[in-house]
Amino acid sequence: MRVAQLMLIAMSGLALAACKSKPPTLPDASNQPEQQSGQSGATSDTSVGQGTGDANQVLLESAKQAGTIIYFDYDRAEIKPEFVAIVTAHAKYLNASANNKVRLEGHSDERGSREYNIGLGERRAQAVRRALMLQGVTEAQITTVSYGEERPAVQGSDEAAYAKNRRVELVYGR
Amino acid sequence: MTMLKLTTARIAVLLGALLFGAMAQAQLVVDITRGQENAVPVAVVPFGWTGTEVAPFDVAQVIASDLHRSGRFEPVDLDKMVDRPTTGQEIRFDEWRSYIRTDFIVVGKLMPQGADRYAAQFELYNVLNGQRLAGTEPGRELTATAPSLRALSHRISDIIYEKLTGVRGAFSTRIAYVTAEGTPPKQQYKLIVADYDGENAKIIRDQDEPIMSPAWSPDGSQLAYVSFEGRMSAIYVQTLRTAERTRVSARAGINGAPSWSPDGSTLALTLSRKDGDVDIYTLRLSSQELKRMTFDPGIDTEPTWSGDGRKLYFNSDRAGSPQIYEIDVASPERATRITFDGPYNARPRLSPDGKQLAVVLQDNGNFRIGAVDLKSRSVRVLSDGRQDESPSFAPNGAMVIYATQVRGRGRLATAGVDTQFQQTLKAQGDADQREPVWSPFPVGR
Repeated sequence: MRVAQLMLIAMSGLALAACKSKPPTLPDASNQPEQQSGQSGATSDTSVGQGTGDANQVLLESAKQAGTIIYFDYDRAEIKPEFVAIVTAHAKYLNASANNKVRLEGHSDERGSREYNIGLGERRAQAVRRALMLQGVTEAQITTVSYGEERPAVQGSDEAAYAKNRRVELVYGR
Repeated sequence: MTMLKLTTARIAVLLGALLFGAMAQAQLVVDITRGQENAVPVAVVPFGWTGTEVAPFDVAQVIASDLHRSGRFEPVDLDKMVDRPTTGQEIRFDEWRSYIRTDFIVVGKLMPQGADRYAAQFELYNVLNGQRLAGTEPGRELTATAPSLRALSHRISDIIYEKLTGVRGAFSTRIAYVTAEGTPPKQQYKLIVADYDGENAKIIRDQDEPIMSPAWSPDGSQLAYVSFEGRMSAIYVQTLRTAERTRVSARAGINGAPSWSPDGSTLALTLSRKDGDVDIYTLRLSSQELKRMTFDPGIDTEPTWSGDGRKLYFNSDRAGSPQIYEIDVASPERATRITFDGPYNARPRLSPDGKQLAVVLQDNGNFRIGAVDLKSRSVRVLSDGRQDESPSFAPNGAMVIYATQVRGRGRLATAGVDTQFQQTLKAQGDADQREPVWSPFPVGR
């Protein structure tokens, strides 16, 4: 029994190694899931290949790894220094092709009135939009939407929840 | 008003358990958060029933809870009613005066009138002098089918309230509000229309993208609202009777905060267009003609019209924090600042008499509902929550409905504008309730 189990584990390990040694298959853009859940950015998916379409994909993956969410202070829309690298990584991807497009979703915490918070979310999305455009991204590549406090990342009425909800998400492919 | 002055102030008595038991069946349950010490005692005697089977509806219970919710009246506990008169002649005034100590008494009866139709008669008396103040005349009873017995009861409440206070009752009105269910980021959003007390809730719209900012058309036949279906904001106008809806604004950026002009021809709304500058515009519904109303680089939003349609009140953070401003629609270039008290004044709504604005304000770090007197500029705080928002006046101006939080859940509450009597409408389910808006008076009186 024990031996059989060990053998199985060893065999599956071999099979895995065999897989890894194969040349990487090109990920098809259409079946590559680009949808990013609300969780903060970094994907562990490293199965990327070569080629021009793939170079694009590499840039996208490294942009996503840099992060897809920029957080803001209460009632503020300035991009804090620690998030500038995220903007730069996404600008790099967007600048690679005019066909690369991003959606900026602005959000606020739940405090205060709802429509004013829509305004705040928009102001934050616009701040990220301007930062991307300063790095060469064109207007046509960016759409913005503000959800205000209507789509919180997390529920809760404390500062920890508020800090996670005051954000702009950079979204691709939907 | 004069009627109320005759009466003596008495300590409020909480509604009896029986009343609560009956209301627990409903989708929303009334929860009293703050008592009212000057409420006038009224005995609403259970209505008689002349039919053979069990009475189809408890008319008196609806009247009693309507009067109570106004904050002006305290219904007499059913246990204390030693007698159950159903007509004026049966009332032994001496006993009601000395033992029950009520100032007013309502009696009546419900009668079958053919298949699935009922007639109701009622009478309102001043217990102190035995005077009949209001009531139906023989042969002129109120009639209703079974499903509209609740509406019939609200009509009786309206008549009684107006007789005793001089103010038109708003118990036959409705509210619209939004619910959100589920855990972020997956939530389901519903637009609901219900009676003013939360009964008869009906789903108007149900979707997995946010719904915001419902607004009643002046005739109460339509709702404008914001929907994020298709992952962009757009303003829709939906006719309640037919469920037919029209997308009236889906421009780039924000499409938000719709508010109907008093003549129903135009929406004031918030757009950010391509440049991201959040400003107020007016949109003529018949022609789609758009006019810009604000020009400041700050956030200008949450417009609401004056009764004559000539002015807009709105929220702007042009001076650094949200404050209320006013503009002339005909010449909108110059805005006048209205609020100066406190760091945060937002979401203005004008009272029906045009004398005060209900706002969301910051009070000791909490967001609460305030009433700003436009003449004296004095501010009164009407609510005592931590995260209160979205005030909306009843069409008679006596109450505001607003959104509050109870144990981390969004709930709806009412506050008397003068009485400051507060009640929470408590939901049975888990959904967050938000953005209540009170309908206008029903058309046709």
